[in-house]
Amino acid sequence: MAAIELRNVVKRFGPITAVDGLDLDVPAGICLGLLGPNGAGKSTTMRLLTGQAIPDAGELRVLGHELPGDSKAARAEMGVVPQLDNLDVDVTVEDNLAVYARLYRVKDVGAAVDRALDLARLRERRRDAVDELSGGMRRRLLLARGLVHEPRLILLDEPTVGLDPQIRTELWTLIGELKSRGTTILMSTHYIEEAERLADEVAVMAKGRIIARGHPAKLIGEHAGELTAEVYGPPDRLAEVRAGAEAQGLVVRAAGPAVAIVGSERAGNGEIPSEAVVRAATLEDVFVLLTGEEAE
Amino acid sequence: MSSAGTRTMRRLEPAAIAGVMSREAANFRTYWKGTTFSSVLEPIVYLLAFGLGLGATLVDEVNGVPYIQFVGTGMVATAVIFSSALPAMFGTFVKHRFQNTYEAILAAPVDVEELVSAEMLWIGIRSGFYGCFPLLVTMAFGLNPAPGMLLVPLFCFVTALGFAGFGVAMAATVAKIDQFNYVTALCITPLFLIAGTFFPISGLPEGVQLVAQVNPLHQLVELVRGGAFGFEAVDLARFAFLVAFALLMWRIAISRMTSRLID
Repeated sequence: MAAIELRNVVKRFGPITAVDGLDLDVPAGICLGLLGPNGAGKSTTMRLLTGQAIPDAGELRVLGHELPGDSKAARAEMGVVPQLDNLDVDVTVEDNLAVYARLYRVKDVGAAVDRALDLARLRERRRDAVDELSGGMRRRLLLARGLVHEPRLILLDEPTVGLDPQIRTELWTLIGELKSRGTTILMSTHYIEEAERLADEVAVMAKGRIIARGHPAKLIGEHAGELTAEVYGPPDRLAEVRAGAEAQGLVVRAAGPAVAIVGSERAGNGEIPSEAVVRAATLEDVFVLLTGEEAE
Repeated sequence: MSSAGTRTMRRLEPAAIAGVMSREAANFRTYWKGTTFSSVLEPIVYLLAFGLGLGATLVDEVNGVPYIQFVGTGMVATAVIFSSALPAMFGTFVKHRFQNTYEAILAAPVDVEELVSAEMLWIGIRSGFYGCFPLLVTMAFGLNPAPGMLLVPLFCFVTALGFAGFGVAMAATVAKIDQFNYVTALCITPLFLIAGTFFPISGLPEGVQLVAQVNPLHQLVELVRGGAFGFEAVDLARFAFLVAFALLMWRIAISRMTSRLID
């Protein structure tokens, strides 16, 4: 049984269709990265899964529970780590955890708090108010709060958005530990590197639906080939390279100050400019080709 | 281990309500001193200003009750509305719009009905407690203890539930926090002034008297005075009115918050 099953789910906000016929299965025990640009429908999908948005059409099933009718039972078995820090800042670290242990009906609140403190590596700071913690500690606490009841499924909504690289790496380590325990994870992100490092599978979302899905290596092979040639230079030169490559039927995308010729191994002799830097194709190439958006 | 397992979850689960209230209690422990200080000091200031000031210069008694005791018993309603409607309005708005607290709570097995019920209950309990302070202060100014006063926390609790529901509903309705100024000016202040706290409503024009009769604060004032100076049969109807007010506001608050929190 899949941990999450969505069938033809539609969610509209007035004239805007945020989720548009979404089909999504998340098998138990995997980490699925939901990758998409801002406005792709990732956060709305997360809200649908927690019963905070009601679909206009379609079927949702989470851990065997039909949503939205049986949403409360589903929420009891899943943990959610939100995009925004919504900890109670004046309250101590351990009280923040204890409140959520109670909300999740944990029988031994003290043991659950101790376990979560160990996970967040905050045992020494348990009696400190949250606003005395560093940004990284707060983020670890937020993650531990979502895990205080040891859920079978965890939803991570942009877990490292806006964090500096060191804190991001710390969180990736924690999420990696969760993966190794077999917890099912659905992680929305718009960071390519995060999806590449953590996800067993990646689903690329755009305009409210999944447009590609698979293991990162499989997606790269299918959509971007093996190699990407990047050419740097002044705008006139880049326009010339783009036009030349497109005339040869090659796929070209903007890549910041460069143009990237994706699948450059398919180019004939002399079709790739000599100054090009050739590298292995990446998930970022796939993302930009499929969504038309610059990746982060 | 998922704590709640796969059991069916009911509506209005006590565990969910207690969990939300435990969050309020944890936060309250960080600011109770300031809130309690102002809740004790405010009635003293009002009593000194009105009870001693007006009482010493303009009014000796109202219906045979020394003016300071008349005001002191009426001040219970003032304490209740200011410790229920205002915290419910501002607290709910801040938790929803600025702190995203409700998003986190609703991601747990808690529904809007339980969330609103818990918020109202917490405020009701707090106001039931703070509402007694003016009565205690008035005792220092000569009010004799009476057995009926033991019911005052209950009267305050029920009234505060209603005003907490009102505050939550307002928080779910306004678009910006400064719009609470309209609520305060158009609703709370008039209710406070025609409650019969500082003067008997019998002196007001007939139309205003009619409005005062459906003012929950006026019913509370009369019940508190009943507890202090002797109940009448009509006080049962007054209490029933407050219960109905609380129930109505509870359902309105749930409806408004559901519209606000669930897309």
